[in-house]
Amino acid sequence: MILDSKIPEGPLKDKWTNHKNNINLVNPANKRNIDIIVVGTGLAGGSASATLAELGYNVKSFCYQDSPRRAHSIAAQGGINAAKNYQGDGDSTYRLFYDTIKGGDYRSREANVYRLAEVSASIIDQCVAQGVPFARDYGGLLDNRSFGGVLVSRTFYAKGQTGQQLLLGAYSAMNRQIAKGKIKMYNRHEMLDVVIVDGKARGIIARNLVTGEIERHSAHAVVLASGGYGNVFFLSTNAMGSNVTAAWKAHKKGAVFANPCYTQIHPTCIPVHGTQQSKLTLMSESLRNDGRIWVPKNLEDAKAVREGKLKAVDIKEEDRDYYLERRYPSFGNLVPRDVASRAAKERCDAGYGVVANDTNEGVFLDFASAIMRYGKEEAHIKGIENPSNEEIRKLGEKVIENKYGNLFEMYMQITDENPYKTPMKIYPAVHYTMGGIWVDYNLMTTVPGLYATGEANFSDHGANRLGASALMQGLADGYFVLPYTIGDYLANDIRTGAIPTNTPEFDAAEKKVVDEINKLVNNKGTKSVDYFHKKLGLIMWNKVGMSRTTEGLKEAIQEISELREQFWKEVRVPGSADDKNSELEKAGRVADFLELGELFARDALEREESCGGHFREEYKTEEGEALRRDDEFAYVSAWEYTGKPSEAILHKENLNFENVELKTRSYK
Amino acid sequence: MSQAKGLNLTLKIWRQQNAKSKGKIETYQIENISPDSSFLEMLDILNTELIDKGEIPVEFDHDCREGICGSCSLYINGEPHGPGKRITTCQLHMRSFKDGDTIYIEPWRAAAFPIVKDLIVDRSAFDRIQHAGGYISVNTSGNTVDANATPIDKHDADEAFNSATCIGCGACVAACKNASASLFVSAKISQYALLPQGQVEAKDRVLNMVKQAEKEGFGPCSNTGACEVECPKGISLENIARMNREFLAASIS
Ligand SMILES: Cc1cc2nc3c(=O)[nH]c(=O)nc-3n(C[C@H](O)[C@H](O)[C@H](O)COP(=O)(O)OP(=O)(O)OC[C@H]3O[C@@H](n4cnc5c(N)ncnc54)[C@H](O)[C@@H]3O)c2cc1C
Ligand code: SF4
Ligand code: FES
Repeated sequence: MILDSKIPEGPLKDKWTNHKNNINLVNPANKRNIDIIVVGTGLAGGSASATLAELGYNVKSFCYQDSPRRAHSIAAQGGINAAKNYQGDGDSTYRLFYDTIKGGDYRSREANVYRLAEVSASIIDQCVAQGVPFARDYGGLLDNRSFGGVLVSRTFYAKGQTGQQLLLGAYSAMNRQIAKGKIKMYNRHEMLDVVIVDGKARGIIARNLVTGEIERHSAHAVVLASGGYGNVFFLSTNAMGSNVTAAWKAHKKGAVFANPCYTQIHPTCIPVHGTQQSKLTLMSESLRNDGRIWVPKNLEDAKAVREGKLKAVDIKEEDRDYYLERRYPSFGNLVPRDVASRAAKERCDAGYGVVANDTNEGVFLDFASAIMRYGKEEAHIKGIENPSNEEIRKLGEKVIENKYGNLFEMYMQITDENPYKTPMKIYPAVHYTMGGIWVDYNLMTTVPGLYATGEANFSDHGANRLGASALMQGLADGYFVLPYTIGDYLANDIRTGAIPTNTPEFDAAEKKVVDEINKLVNNKGTKSVDYFHKKLGLIMWNKVGMSRTTEGLKEAIQEISELREQFWKEVRVPGSADDKNSELEKAGRVADFLELGELFARDALEREESCGGHFREEYKTEEGEALRRDDEFAYVSAWEYTGKPSEAILHKENLNFENVELKTRSYK
Repeated sequence: MSQAKGLNLTLKIWRQQNAKSKGKIETYQIENISPDSSFLEMLDILNTELIDKGEIPVEFDHDCREGICGSCSLYINGEPHGPGKRITTCQLHMRSFKDGDTIYIEPWRAAAFPIVKDLIVDRSAFDRIQHAGGYISVNTSGNTVDANATPIDKHDADEAFNSATCIGCGACVAACKNASASLFVSAKISQYALLPQGQVEAKDRVLNMVKQAEKEGFGPCSNTGACEVECPKGISLENIARMNREFLAASIS
């Protein structure tokens, strides 16, 4: 197999324009004869469905939730990037491109990333026209904040609910097309296989999650916008139902899977509280704009905090270690996520953690200085002379509440502690997967007619994603990239006519799906699905998590494959296959995670360097920073399925950097 | 993260096989639940125990578990989303209960929200109300004016945002003796009514969405305000007042 990234010729800044000018178009009358399936209704799928339907295609959209508006994108908090340069602080398409390439530790494609930066500004125009209520300043203009890893303010936001507002925007655009009959929406449906006819993706097999019915749906092209696979770790910030199934089934049907080991462990999440925990909650990175991260300088203090004998606020300034500010003076608390996460782990491993959980994992995120700083500013604006500390604090708390009110409330709900008065406790958690289905410049996978967008593909973030860039990518793919590139492919399908579903290919795909479901519900096991999922999660977290070693990875590969065998022997799925059965849904997803997990660990083992979210203990500098090995590893690892994860074949797409110079990432 | 001792509880849970069958309350005992666990984690534990005993677990909707997707929808001890103000069921923690408590857990009850199974209801009526006008008719081509071309008064923008934070959970309907969807419908109408972009279609929007809500079988609003009290997002009754004004203006013109 040869991986052809189909990057257009010409200078970087002209590639996308030239490409759009040269690709085939489908005339409006013909679009009416073409069907497209979109799996997923998050930002990537929702935007694609709406735009494709507006263009005139017949769209069928699928999601496993009861409404497209509940896709996991809804949970995104902090914001969305765009190179608008409204703040006049030196932002530009090139700078956003450069920051993303650097932030991704030079493991992404220049051409894709440049295009992303190029279309970013249109996203904001589009969303405002749709009625997305972004935050504004007193002059009525859009406000911005800054995010980790960059030196400009280019992040647009709607309090701590940016994902919700953007998704409701895409959902509203979908609603308009649903009302027109151009989108047919299939809620509570799970895609369980892609159907390939004559080498092209021509449909899917889906299960109606309410009736259990197995359905066949055909189309001229299939788009996967099914999100990320962070739940392979069991505990993550992803929604409970987030899964790899759609992507993995596509992988097994020939779609090559890229960089599965690139995972983002987000530095600011609420620490684990106990073994009954079902998921982890993110505290938006935007908090690092105003929060300072620290642990006690003295081991005894850390111990006393854990034992509840010492309060954070009683630790003197000189006894605190603001370790990010100490290690990375130029970026301080705003270093990229991978760097911030590893630094927290380093401190906790050394015994300075402040949370009394099994592993003492937790550090402080402190707003006290920001509260006082803002309070003074407010007092000044309000003309209050000689304000008391108490007055200043009150005014400052108000400012912080306006900026992060809902996040603070969420934190209080979960922990029963008041972050206005005492520092938050946070720790890194699995959050996002940069890896995903390999796609070319047109977002097409290695299966003709099968596309992947949003978090489900691998394309833009390299080995580490910058904050506020996932929302940007999802909407860029769906509103502005795919609608052009898919036409180029579909131009050959104008005379094909509707794709029949009564063919041997659909028969075979359906049979495989039914067999697997029957195997699960008829299994005479004794252990719940969660039992296996939790075990898998622990292996992944301990051996394929924030730092990885050759030995650990080899063990993980072995353990995961054993666990998978045990799963198929011992899992118990109660209930039947012909009505609503959440355990059956989970079982299918965990079965796929158990395969993906092994490939994930293999990928991590093969990549003998540290880059972005992938940190190998063997490859670090004397100061403990990541050591990239560009001469040998400046490529995309793309895995081809051949029957078992252990036998997957590695293909390499070499990354050529013509416009940026590969440098050691430094945030010091 | 307290190390408090676990809770022993009696759970009275609505079990119903599907939309057509009759349901009933079943009783379960559960022990040693950490006060730091969430309410849904408590149900996870119950389900694991049921599975281990070879019984059928309780079905309930949930996904994000952080109060934003609007999936979770339990009627707990007679209150939508249970005790506690401005939170969803998934944000409810067991520290809100005492050792020895009996907890009733039922689905949303409304003719327009038929039961799917156990605690899951069908809220697709909400989607259909949005299809009737919950959008601004602008194509997603990106060829529109610059985002900063039209400044929007910060207060209006903030108000529009407040209305837009509705998560579509349906607690307002479950709380209302008439099973009215007015709070939900008015939140969407208000978001657009407050923004210049929403003006062009304002009249049709309010007429069509209100009509669709009636068609779905949601009841009329009699201004008791029970919805506002139970709404996890603090959507205020002012939205309903604004919708009524918009409706009146649209009806007479
Ligand atoms: C808590 C949190 C906060 C975040 N904050 C930010 C932020 O501030 N800024 C930012 O840029 N990014 C943020 N991210 C990342 C970002 O939200 C996601 O990467 C992005 O929303 C993914 O969008 P998506 O459309 O690709 O997939 P998703 O939104 O995950 O949607 C997946 C869709 O696929 C459907 N689906 C999945 N599998 C199947 C199947 N088998 N059959 C049928 N349907 C299926 C689902 O129903 C859903 O509709 C955050 C992520 C988290 C977890
Ligand atoms: S108005 Fe409140 S209670 Fe009603 S659906 Fe919206 S968020 Fe839920
Ligand atoms: S599960 Fe998403 S709001 Fe409760």
